[in-house]
Amino acid sequence: MTPGQPPLLTDATTALALALLLLAPLAIAGLALINTGLGRSRSAAQSLLGSLAIVAVTAIAFALVGATLVGTSAAAGHIFILGGKPWNWLGMGPFFLLGLSAAPAQAQLELLFEFLAVALAALIPWGSGADRLRLAAGCAIGAVLAAIVFPLLVHWTWGNGWLAQLGVNFSLGSGFLDPAGAATIHVLGGLSALAVAWIAGPRRGKFPQGGFATAMPGHNAVYILFGCLLALAGWLALNIAGAVLWLHAPLAALPATAVNTLLSASGAVIATLAVTRYRFGKPDASLCANGWLTGLVASSACAAVVSPLAALFIGIVAGVITPLLVEVLELAVSIDDPSGAIAVHGAGGLWGLIAAGVFAPWPGQFSAQLVGIATLLGLALPLVYLLFWLANRVIPFRVDPDGERIGMDLHELGGGAYPEFVIHRDDTYR
Amino acid sequence: MKFAGLLVMPAGFFLSLAALVLFPASNTGARTAFVLCGLAVEALGLAVAVRGHMESKGKDRP
Repeated sequence: MTPGQPPLLTDATTALALALLLLAPLAIAGLALINTGLGRSRSAAQSLLGSLAIVAVTAIAFALVGATLVGTSAAAGHIFILGGKPWNWLGMGPFFLLGLSAAPAQAQLELLFEFLAVALAALIPWGSGADRLRLAAGCAIGAVLAAIVFPLLVHWTWGNGWLAQLGVNFSLGSGFLDPAGAATIHVLGGLSALAVAWIAGPRRGKFPQGGFATAMPGHNAVYILFGCLLALAGWLALNIAGAVLWLHAPLAALPATAVNTLLSASGAVIATLAVTRYRFGKPDASLCANGWLTGLVASSACAAVVSPLAALFIGIVAGVITPLLVEVLELAVSIDDPSGAIAVHGAGGLWGLIAAGVFAPWPGQFSAQLVGIATLLGLALPLVYLLFWLANRVIPFRVDPDGERIGMDLHELGGGAYPEFVIHRDDTYR
Repeated sequence: MKFAGLLVMPAGFFLSLAALVLFPASNTGARTAFVLCGLAVEALGLAVAVRGHMESKGKDRP
């Protein structure tokens, strides 16, 4: 299968892609559960309600603005000429989804994929800002991503933009390869999580003056681990649908994509289990969940184009990196990221993109992946930080200290997720 | 300092783009090296931004 061929969806592949995309919200549900479980019990209802609100806001913002900027893979875009080559930098879709029902099936399915992708991307920084990010701030973050940053990256990657055309214009493999959103969903989400963690700052008491970082474990391991299982179903759907839509993969190639996704996640969770068992004496449930997710994230870039053995190797490397990076970010760099999103989605996505370049069978693919990564780090991160910094001036991201003390549920919703629980005083809050 | 680091990162991105325009497709090695240089500049900018974050957090820790 090669990207860039003209779309030729048969009725069977159209039905299959639609069925898969209807399963993809399981990835969103899984991520929302994981984010909630990794936060504190006194912020659980706000976390899940925030997830719902963010999905809604991103859908509306993407429909009103983002979809126009994305365009479709078959439509022309805004192009400038540099160095004798066309650079397709912005899409030209219809305003407000006009004429959607009359559009070809491929275009409609692409749009549905993008709606689900942007919701997933916006949930990633929400988990990173758990326990101190206001509901309105989560919605603002979702709107900014859905209206501005995500559409640009999606057009460049999936909408026949300049990154997708690196192969045609500059002989770099098949162009930037990202069939299931490792870059457009996960790296973007991970970089947004970094920006949110920087802007909102750490939870009160996380890094006490003159002391070590305080451990603030997640409140519900069952949510976290069940979320991982839900996420697997959603990821399988997204990876296969991505292979159908963006790589035009034949039906016969799809089971291998599913097997690679599973192998990558499996290798990652076993590797994380071994690393945490070695470092702490016992396996750590939340870090193992992070490892599982990192394996899935890495598979988003490469499950459709690598061999099963390569997928397993990619997963193992992802699983080794994750717990170490989570520790480094918290202890050495003083970044409070309750969901581990920066390591899981940011670093895991980048590793997947590199691995796709290494293991994909097209010459020059590695360079294409490097250019894509340079775009994400060099353009997307500063842009996201700038936009979030401006949004923070209008809608302050962080709740006031009293709200943080009593918990986001009571402060923002007026009631807790577990009203029959006894709320203990938090000794870490001084 | 954080803003300075973040401002350096787009410079790395433009270096990577320059590699595509300046080097022909036949000169794969030089082109890849130039793209890697762009990524190195971005890594430098990120390191400065992270350093700036650590310093600011050290000052106003609760």
